Amino acid sequence: MKIALLTLFMAMLGAAQQTPADSLLEARTAEVAAQLRCPVCQGLSIQESPSELSQQMRAVVKDQLRAGKTPDEVKAYFVSKYGEWILLEPKAKGFNLLVYALPVLLVAGGLGVIVIAVRKWTQTPTAT
Amino acid sequence: MNWKRATFAALGVVPLIFLFGYGLTRDPKDIPSPLPGHDATPFSLAVFAPGQPPLNRSAGDTVRLADLKGQVVVLNFWASWCLSCRDEHQILSETAKDYAGKPVHFVGVLYNDEPDNGLKWIEQMGGQSYPSVDDPGARTAINYGLYGVPETYFLDATGRIAYKATGPVNERVIRHFVDSLMAAAAK
Repeated sequence: MKIALLTLFMAMLGAAQQTPADSLLEARTAEVAAQLRCPVCQGLSIQESPSELSQQMRAVVKDQLRAGKTPDEVKAYFVSKYGEWILLEPKAKGFNLLVYALPVLLVAGGLGVIVIAVRKWTQTPTAT
Repeated sequence: MNWKRATFAALGVVPLIFLFGYGLTRDPKDIPSPLPGHDATPFSLAVFAPGQPPLNRSAGDTVRLADLKGQVVVLNFWASWCLSCRDEHQILSETAKDYAGKPVHFVGVLYNDEPDNGLKWIEQMGGQSYPSVDDPGARTAINYGLYGVPETYFLDATGRIAYKATGPVNERVIRHFVDSLMAAAAK
């Protein structure tokens, strides 16, 4: 009980001592971390993942932001080490464009087929 | 048969089949590393497992990549909790002994593990010929784009990453890269 109260007190003290700059850094870290893939998980960002490696990668993100790097520079650092795979959303260029273009093309194609089919079905037969 | 309609459908479906077929030829676990061909990130890490003579370093010594310039470096990331690391341990240890006295430096890097656990593991495995260093916070591991353990990096004499091996390495792979990188350095 005493330990629980002490922990709660320490947590409250920590929260009270957090400056706006700390909060901003935390928010920026979370924003960048949410865009980076956890290397040891399935489809999770390092922000969501509880894995040790993700926590360590988040610490790197935080340190680099604190050192004055921009979010893009931090992401570029991880891309230089892990490749573009590390980005949860691939850049829309080159072969990656297919990922963005294909769903749009498929939906457009499907709508086209539906329009043609509906027109055909609703055509009134001409008297002969 | 409506040839026009069939051609139209084929134009839409055939590229998709090829795209999915291409996807099936690829191993989703095989993620190419962008690092080979680039300079290795410098590191400066403390030895926790000294290794055995003549390759040993004193515990507490600092291994700096900058000090190893001019030598081929084999950097093996491992952990005591890693089962696959058991498969390659003896091969790495024995092969490193064979290269004693040559311009090759084998270094083990402990990944997400306690040095005490690492020492116990080395003892259980019958020793390790070359030294291992600790990597607090996995900073070096992240600098080397590590996904998991074991992973082994072969660095040439200029400090450039020549090859990254994911998973346990075998003797043929170690000798191939070490010999070719030594030959390139001797030219």
